[in-house]
Order: sequence, then C-alpha cells, then structure tokens
Amino acid sequence: MAINTKQDRDFVKTADEAVDMYHAKKEELIPILMKVNQDLGYIPKAAMEHISSRLHVPQSHLYSVASFYRMFFTEQTGRHVIKFCESAPCHVAGGREVFEALQEQLSISPGSTSDDGKWTLITTSCLGVCAVGPVMMVDEDIYGNLTPEQLPDILAKYE
Amino acid sequence: MKTKRSMVLVSNDPASQKKGASKVFDQFTKELASFNLTDEISLSMVSDIDREDIAPFVIVYPEAVIYGPVTPDDVHHLVEEHLYKGRIAADLKAPTKELTGHISWIADRKGTMPAEQRIVLERAGEIDPDSIEEYVIHDGYTALGKALTEMTPQQVIDELKDSNLRGRGGAGFPTGTKWGFVATAKGDKKYVICNADESEPGTFKDRLILEGDPHSILEAMAIAAYAVGANEGYIYVRGEYNLAQTRLMNAIQQAKELGFLGENIFGTGFSFDLHIHAGAGAYICGEETALIESIEGKRGEPRPRPPYPTTNGLWDKPTLVNNVETLANVAPIIRNGASWFKSFGNASSAGTKVYTILGDVNVTGLIEVPMGITLREVITIYAKGMKNGRKLKLAQTGGSSGSIIPAELQDVPMDYDSFAKAGVAMGSGALLICSEDTCVVDLAKVLLNFFRFESCGKCNPCRIGNQRAYQILTKISEGLGSPKDLDDLENISKWLYEMSNCGLGQTAGSPLKDIIHHFKDEVVAHINDKECPAGVCAMSGTMPAMN
Repeated sequence: MAINTKQDRDFVKTADEAVDMYHAKKEELIPILMKVNQDLGYIPKAAMEHISSRLHVPQSHLYSVASFYRMFFTEQTGRHVIKFCESAPCHVAGGREVFEALQEQLSISPGSTSDDGKWTLITTSCLGVCAVGPVMMVDEDIYGNLTPEQLPDILAKYE
Repeated sequence: MKTKRSMVLVSNDPASQKKGASKVFDQFTKELASFNLTDEISLSMVSDIDREDIAPFVIVYPEAVIYGPVTPDDVHHLVEEHLYKGRIAADLKAPTKELTGHISWIADRKGTMPAEQRIVLERAGEIDPDSIEEYVIHDGYTALGKALTEMTPQQVIDELKDSNLRGRGGAGFPTGTKWGFVATAKGDKKYVICNADESEPGTFKDRLILEGDPHSILEAMAIAAYAVGANEGYIYVRGEYNLAQTRLMNAIQQAKELGFLGENIFGTGFSFDLHIHAGAGAYICGEETALIESIEGKRGEPRPRPPYPTTNGLWDKPTLVNNVETLANVAPIIRNGASWFKSFGNASSAGTKVYTILGDVNVTGLIEVPMGITLREVITIYAKGMKNGRKLKLAQTGGSSGSIIPAELQDVPMDYDSFAKAGVAMGSGALLICSEDTCVVDLAKVLLNFFRFESCGKCNPCRIGNQRAYQILTKISEGLGSPKDLDDLENISKWLYEMSNCGLGQTAGSPLKDIIHHFKDEVVAHINDKECPAGVCAMSGTMPAMN
C-alpha cells in the first residue's frame, strides 16, 4: 500500500510503536491492537495493514480478530464513547427507561455516532458494578444508580 | 452487611390463608414496629408445609419453635415473650411433629443463625492491596512456603482433593481432581491459567477479590504450578477491569522482588513466572478453551472438547484453568488443612460461596456465606427483604445462563447436590431477585438479546438459535404471538442444549426453558389473550425493526 497522507504516516508510526513494545510477537496481537486502539481511539486501515506486514500475519486474520472483540473499533468513533449496560440486572433496576431517554437526548441509536462527531453510543454487557445499576460508562468514567433526570447533567460534563 | 438475629415465618398455604394468615402477618409487621424490632427480626411468608392441623402457624428461627394455630390477637403476646424478652411462649406452642417440605432444613440447623464467613474475602478491604508487606503480615505466602518446603506435589493435590473444594466458576468440577489430571498429563512444559474474565452479568465477586487481595491469587497460582509441574502462568483479566489489572501488575512486581515469584523460590529450585493477559471484550472468553485461543492471539472461539485443556491446552500443552474464587480458597486450605475447610458448609459442598445480591431487594451487594444457606435467608436476612414490600416472583442464579428459581423453591439449600436435585444450576454466584413487577417474557427477551450478541458465531445452533428465540420473544412481547411460538421456543432451548459446541450455547436456553416450565400461564397470556399480566411488555401490535 502506498502511504499518501500525513495522517496515514502517523497511524503507521503508532502501529510501529505498538509492535515494538511487544517485540513483534504474533501471539501478542491482541495487546498490540489494544495499544493502537487506546492511542488512536480505533484501529485504522493503515495501521492494520502495517501490523499485518510487520507480524507476517494476513490482513484477513487481523480484521477477523479486531472485529471479534467488543473493545476494538475498526471505524472512527466520536470524541466520547458511551457504553450502556443492557444486561438483566441493570434492566431489572430500570435500565430501559434510562436508555430510551439517553437515545432521545443524543438523537442517535445504539451503534452509531452523532453527526457532529461528539458521541458514539454502544450497548455493552455487564460492567461488573451491578449493585448500583443501571450503569453506563462515558469514556473511562462509570455512572451508577442512573435515572433519566440525571442524564443532562452528566452529558454536559463532556466537551 | 449487618445481619438479623431472628427470622419469623408465617404460613401461607391455602389452609392458612383461609384461616386468616395474612391478618397474622400484618399484625406481626405492626407489633415488630411497636417493639422497635424491625431492624433485628426478619419476617416472611412460607408455604408448602404439611401442617394443616395448626394453620395458620408461625415458625421462629433460630430456635426453630413452631407456634400454632395463631390468631392476630396472639401476636402481641408472642412478640413480647419470644422476640422481645427472649423466652418461648409455651402456651402457644404447636404439638411437636417433624417439619416436611422445603422448609425442613430449619430443624437441621436449629440454634444457628447463618453468619457471614469470610475465607476468600478475609483480607479484602482489610489490607492495602498494593502492599505485599501487609499481605505477608496477614499470613501471606506462608501456604506457598509450606507447600514448597514441607509437602510433595502429590500431597498438595491430595490435600485439595480431601478438602472437597469444587470449582467456583460455575460448573463445580472438583478442583483437586482437575489438578491431578494436569499433574499426570504427559509433557515437560505445562501452564497454569487463572480465569479472571468475569463477564457473567450480575457477577463481580472476582473483581473484588482481585482488587482487594491480588496476592492471594498469585500465591495460589504458584502453589498450583508446583503441584501440577508448571513453571509459567497467565492471569486472563477482563479488559474492562482496569483497576484489577493495575493491582495485579503491581503485585507481580512486588512478589518478584521479594522472591515469591521468579527463579528458585524459597531456595527450593522451583521457578514460576507469571504474565497478565488483558481481555478485549468478549463474554465467550470466560469459556476456558476460548480463553486459551485468545491468549494465543486469535478470535475467542471455543475448541471442540475433548481433548480437554488438562492435556491439550495453551500452545497444545497440558494446562490448568481455574477461576479466581476457586484459587482464592487454595492458600487457606493448604495453611489450615482440609478438615478445617470442611467444617464450613454442609456434607455435599464444603467451604463458602460468594454471592452478589441484586434486583428488587432493600440491600444489594456481596456476601460470603457457608455453602447451603437458602434463598429465603439471603433475601430476608442479608438483603433486608423485598423492596417496597413487593412479593418475590423469581430469582435467577448464576448470571444470564443460570437457572430461574420460582418463589416456591426459595427454601432449597444452595449447595451443589441440593441444587442439582431441584434442577437448578449453581452458576457463578449472582442472585438476581425479581419481584412480581417482573414480566418473564421481557426478562427472557433481555437474556436472549445478551446471548445473540455474545455468541461467537462458530456453531449454527447457538448463532441462529439465540437470534431466532429473541425474534420470537419480541413478537410475543408485541402481542403478535401465535400458539406455535411456545413449541418453537421449547425446541430451540432443547436444541441449544443438545447441539451447541460449548457451554455458552448449551446453557443459553436454560433460563428460557425454566421460564416456560414455571411460568407457562404468563407466556400463554401474552400469546392467547394479547395481554402482559405484569404490564411491562409494549403489546403494540407492530414488530420493531431488528438488527
């Protein structure tokens, strides 16, 4: 692949750093992808192609791994990612009402990114903080005992 | 949690109801409040006891005294004498006769109120998890020292076998036996893996152990490695558990510096190296062969079994995979001996179990109690009763793939054998308590939605079955169900169990099966009468868009 843009070159640099960090070992593929995903917010095509050539692993295999795990994104996400827990304990504690209110306030449906590029909304399985359900995560921050009324204040904290 | 000191059970069978049991119950509520005892005494109703001769009657536990027949006018006297002054109200005592039915456990445990018993959570919250010194002061690494210097690997395995410890990840396989399989497996290279990919909805016991007492897992893994002949191990931690990962990394570093991990531990020539592998978000990786695939850098798709990981595991080498809570029991067993461990719990299941209590109860949270306590005790004593005085409808044990227990079965002791007899899976220790406001169709829909997303997609029964069951349940919840749907759901849950490759698919249908078995009328009301008795389902008459 020809590397054309400055952005692509940056992606390749990030991929290189991640591969070096794990000594270019094939079995460290998941930690490598995790590092790129953390640094860039997602795993761009240019980074994936570069990792593939450095590890001598087919791109198809890389994509199959990257798309399998929920924490990896293969498309660019919004500036903030909201993960809403839709497992039974949160559902029983009133999660459905909160989730409906959240979709309304963000004007997006689960799995999509808002037009202004600010929010990505996804559902997630149990986050392991069930005693305070319903629960959602905004980036790395966890919010529990949610009610629909609290949502505007929480969302206003993020630029 | 602060526990209650007494438990009052008012009979609620049809004979008792006819003779005014609910008035007796209401009077108890009033009298307990007027004596200011509401915080100390739990009150609940019990059915399925064959004592029509004394209906309605009252059982006071832990003394296991039965009073009956009781009228509302007797209640003041009973509360004042027995619960306030602490002496048995002899004039109201019922003629002695053995208790039968679900509640018969009460007689066996007369005089003991269930108390929290901490083995695996002994240090969590008590010590600084980032300080190996504090762990060492609290007997830390003494079990490893004992195993390495005073015991042969076979003696360690025998001690584990003798303790009757069973896997706490859900399946309940005897731990010592599994260690024995790996120890006798052929191969010079072996691995020990700690399964810390806790993703079962409603379960967070492992997170608290890892965050509160990370060294206990390191110590147990080193003991396990010595016993089975491994010198390398992995802790597979759920990707979302950031704090647990940080604390484990710190703990490994500290243990290496002090010589509890690494080369030539305690100068015995035994070496053990430990790595952390973070998950990347996939429920299926809690399945041990999927977990192994994931460590190898692949999609987390389960392998066909046999061969089992005990002979062909990580990199095709013999591998021991144990759950966090299981491992947390190992050092205490080696330190105190198998008979000490067996003094907790009951004959069928030794030791304690950590439960996470969730749902429509007054107090949610985590308890560690001896094996064999009942759901009723958990709800009335630890969880301080149902929220807003609502009635218990069902509880789900063990997370999304666990069993649905209707209220009638709340007196079955929670241990492996009693649960197996009642057709209930112990699972991971999550107890989701649902009141009468819960709709079983809606609950089933949420559970199947979970599985259709978490199915890895490798085998057809699971990939298609969960999706199809979810579609049918959605249809039913919108008032578009037809009688054939019930048969289809029953078949899907059966086929999931019979034909799926791994534990995820095999158990995905079990809550559905339980719901149809115990709450068929409610499902049928949705289908035939287009009515949701709990008033939860939309019943809109239109099918929503579905992905």
